Amino acid sequence: MTDPVELATYECDGLTNFRARPAVAVLARSAEEVETTVRVCARLGVPFVARGSGTGLSGGAVPVSDGVLVVTAKMRSVLSVRPDDRRAVVEPGVTNIDVSRAAAPYGLFYAPDPSSQQVCSVGGNVAENSGGAHCLKYGFTTNHVTGLEVVTPEGERVELGGMAPDTPGYDLVGAFVGSEGTLGVATRVTVRLLPLPEAVQTMLAAFADMDSAGRAVSAVIAAGLVPSAIEMMDALAISAVEKAVRCGYPAGAGAVLIVELDGPRGEVEPGLAEARRICEEEGAFEVRVAAGDAERAAIWRGRKAAFAAMGRLSPSYIVQDGVVPRSSLAEVLHDVAALSEQAGIKVANVFHAGDGNLHPLVLFDDQAEGEEPRAEELAEAILGLCIARGGSVTGEHGVGLHKLAAMEKMFSADDLATMLLLRSAFDPDGICNPGKAVPAPRLCGEPPRPRHGAHPLQEAGVGEIF
Amino acid sequence: MSGTLVELEAACPAGARPAGEADRVDGVDVELVAYPRSAPEVAAALAVAARHALAVVARGAGTKLDWGYPPERAGLVLDLSHMSGVIEYTSDDLVVRVKAGTPLSDLAERLSGAGQRLAIDEVVPGSTAGGAVATGACGPLRHAYGAVRDRVLGMTVVRPDGVVARAGSKVVKNVAGYDLAKLFTGSYGTLGVLTELIFKLAPLPAARLFVSAPYPGTAEVGPVLSALLRSQAAPEALELSRTLPDGRVELCALVEGRQGPAEARAATVAAALSGGEVSPSAPSWWGCLPGPVTVKLTTVLSAIPDLAAQASEACAALGLTGTLRGSAGVGVLYLGLPAETERGAIATLLAELRRAVTAAEGHATLLRAPAATKAGLDIWGPVPGLELMHRVKERFDPGRLLAPGRFVGGI
Ligand SMILES: Cc1cc2nc3c(=O)[nH]c(=O)nc-3n(C[C@H](O)[C@H](O)[C@H](O)COP(=O)(O)OP(=O)(O)OC[C@H]3O[C@@H](n4cnc5c(N)ncnc54)[C@H](O)[C@@H]3O)c2cc1C
Repeated sequence: MTDPVELATYECDGLTNFRARPAVAVLARSAEEVETTVRVCARLGVPFVARGSGTGLSGGAVPVSDGVLVVTAKMRSVLSVRPDDRRAVVEPGVTNIDVSRAAAPYGLFYAPDPSSQQVCSVGGNVAENSGGAHCLKYGFTTNHVTGLEVVTPEGERVELGGMAPDTPGYDLVGAFVGSEGTLGVATRVTVRLLPLPEAVQTMLAAFADMDSAGRAVSAVIAAGLVPSAIEMMDALAISAVEKAVRCGYPAGAGAVLIVELDGPRGEVEPGLAEARRICEEEGAFEVRVAAGDAERAAIWRGRKAAFAAMGRLSPSYIVQDGVVPRSSLAEVLHDVAALSEQAGIKVANVFHAGDGNLHPLVLFDDQAEGEEPRAEELAEAILGLCIARGGSVTGEHGVGLHKLAAMEKMFSADDLATMLLLRSAFDPDGICNPGKAVPAPRLCGEPPRPRHGAHPLQEAGVGEIF
Repeated sequence: MSGTLVELEAACPAGARPAGEADRVDGVDVELVAYPRSAPEVAAALAVAARHALAVVARGAGTKLDWGYPPERAGLVLDLSHMSGVIEYTSDDLVVRVKAGTPLSDLAERLSGAGQRLAIDEVVPGSTAGGAVATGACGPLRHAYGAVRDRVLGMTVVRPDGVVARAGSKVVKNVAGYDLAKLFTGSYGTLGVLTELIFKLAPLPAARLFVSAPYPGTAEVGPVLSALLRSQAAPEALELSRTLPDGRVELCALVEGRQGPAEARAATVAAALSGGEVSPSAPSWWGCLPGPVTVKLTTVLSAIPDLAAQASEACAALGLTGTLRGSAGVGVLYLGLPAETERGAIATLLAELRRAVTAAEGHATLLRAPAATKAGLDIWGPVPGLELMHRVKERFDPGRLLAPGRFVGGI
């Protein structure tokens, strides 16, 4: 497709501040079509970008201006479900939820469950190594993909991994998952399926403040419980969702936790009781345990509506994504609150507390003079808190275009150069989603190579890596 | 040579020496051994090696140096035994950062004090953390906890060009940049020298129960395995063991959890095994890699019984005795053979097994064997994506400094 009006749909992903218009968008229907397209790009040296459903939150699928966009969203077949092997093979455009739907008749499910699962594609999940509310127990996409068919940036179709575990050689499946579309286009994905748990129990615990809720999270983890999810919301977030969906969370709560356990019934029930006891010890003033699916859905309703509900609080907001060690949650939340106060900008917290993955929502008014840059500064400063504690600048939204600068703060130049060695092995010509995921050194024109002493340009006093 | 030694002593003040007989790497002569204590010392030693064109093999406890092909050359052994110990352990985070030469058993002891564990089985006694990660070696617990790759959160590596790089981090959730820790895990020391590792930990369960049952042959095992995998009892591990050619097949499931519920689950598992016996202790063979010659077989789950039968038949046809053992709920089996097994027999067996695993959509590799046996044999078999792997090696180690020839495709 080349029609400018139609192409406008593909200008950005879920993070709308980065935009570019491709010259051509190819709606591929098969791996062959992807292969042909990439071959042409490789021959002509034209940059290309893969795109699934466009729900990414870091600008990963933003096209290269006048480049080619390879859209895999039309490749939507579940190719096989093999219950006896606990595997499914799907095309990359299949939505995340459709994998679990296809597996459900066999009592199986696909564990990674990003909140965008109704829409986002498995290809996008592979590229972003997506997690979900339940990754605390089940891990991320990388723990559930055993095989890939990939069209390399040079237009070769290759198999990596397979149906069985431990394919000999380097773990290139492990390297590809999470590579944000920079190592090629996934055209087929083999995933692990798991048996649906026998029992699921969900609890809502209300606390007077974030401190005690944060301490409760740390204590639950330290006690050796492995809930499938621990989610947290602060007072501001609660007030927004109450306005939006009236979820009826306990009045006066400064923070709520949602704790969910699943597995064999005999383990889940005492596990939940222990989690409840810990929450009460840490000061929970009300605890509700869902009696069934309807009550569970009611507990989750507020959490799931949280992002959409922010519009009730503020005309604009930035969703930040960073990770801290779980033992430091209470302290870090304190620091976030202090930063917010200093900046005079409100921050609502809704996040995956169990794995220390913060999602502070930095609220601002885009019409108010100077607020936006201050909000951006605050969001940046929160990442600084994560880095200072040995955490990460992204737990699930990826680097894309958005976090390139943050990568330079989290990693040394040598760390980044090492990542680029991998990239250049797959994409020597630098045409596959260029300029995303890993910042390139500013000394350009040199393909990344192992270093022997100082760089020749440095030695010659011509250039400095900065 | 003595000049090189002097340089190495400067690079690694804790020690460097001429190599002895015991330092040979899988039959390959070594010239020098150095004992770095830190990543910068590893880098300095690598620089010396590069200057004098010495190939380098990193050694933890040396328990798996005979995995893969012997290196083409091994001028310098970097012995990491001086790089042992826990660097950072916050038990409340269930995360530990260790030096690569830390013995798994030392680590287990330290962690158990806090009611935690690594959840990576020590399948070869004496292994270090670095060795387990470099080879990806793991055992029964992978059924519930994943393979080594799934437990590693981050690492520090020294590249052959001496650059010290960090990958991953010490938090459990992180998608910043490429997951290089996956690339290095199972890379057999051919891309870089691992110096520090960060692992995700698991709590030690209050109760561990082993449910075992014997079966006359593989035909009886099929229905039991599929029933068990479907049951809600969800054991934490499921192992199979059989003396070949035609011993009975033992299945053993591990159930872990709280005391009462674990007992109830063990009873359910026992019923699914149609009369399993429940015991608090593991069978003697649990978690032991059979060998000393070991073939690794991988397969889809549904083909386990057939593959076990084919392995038995192949051994019987060749008059070989051995042990077949592995994780029946994961799809990994190991066939152990006596040290004196003839090279020709192994070659024929490997060919037979490759035919069998093709139908099972898996792979057959000769994991370890005496160097003389491996010479001229295709120990790795077909490797999907080999071309890309060569390119990765070429980028990281263009001078083929690290364990050249040890890995797939001569990498
Ligand atoms: C409301 C909302 C909630 C979200 N919740 C979560 C959550 O809970 N957890 C989470 O992890 N993420 C979440 N996300 C982020 C996003 O949904 C995920 O990153 C998702 O995996 C992106 O999938 P997609 O198909 O939309 O990919 P896109 O946005 O189209 O692309 C994302 C990246 O993948 C690459 N890509 C796409 N297809 C392929 C392919 N076939 N081969 C190679 N590369 C490819 C693109 O080049 C791009 O770099 C959420 C997003 C929204 C909007």
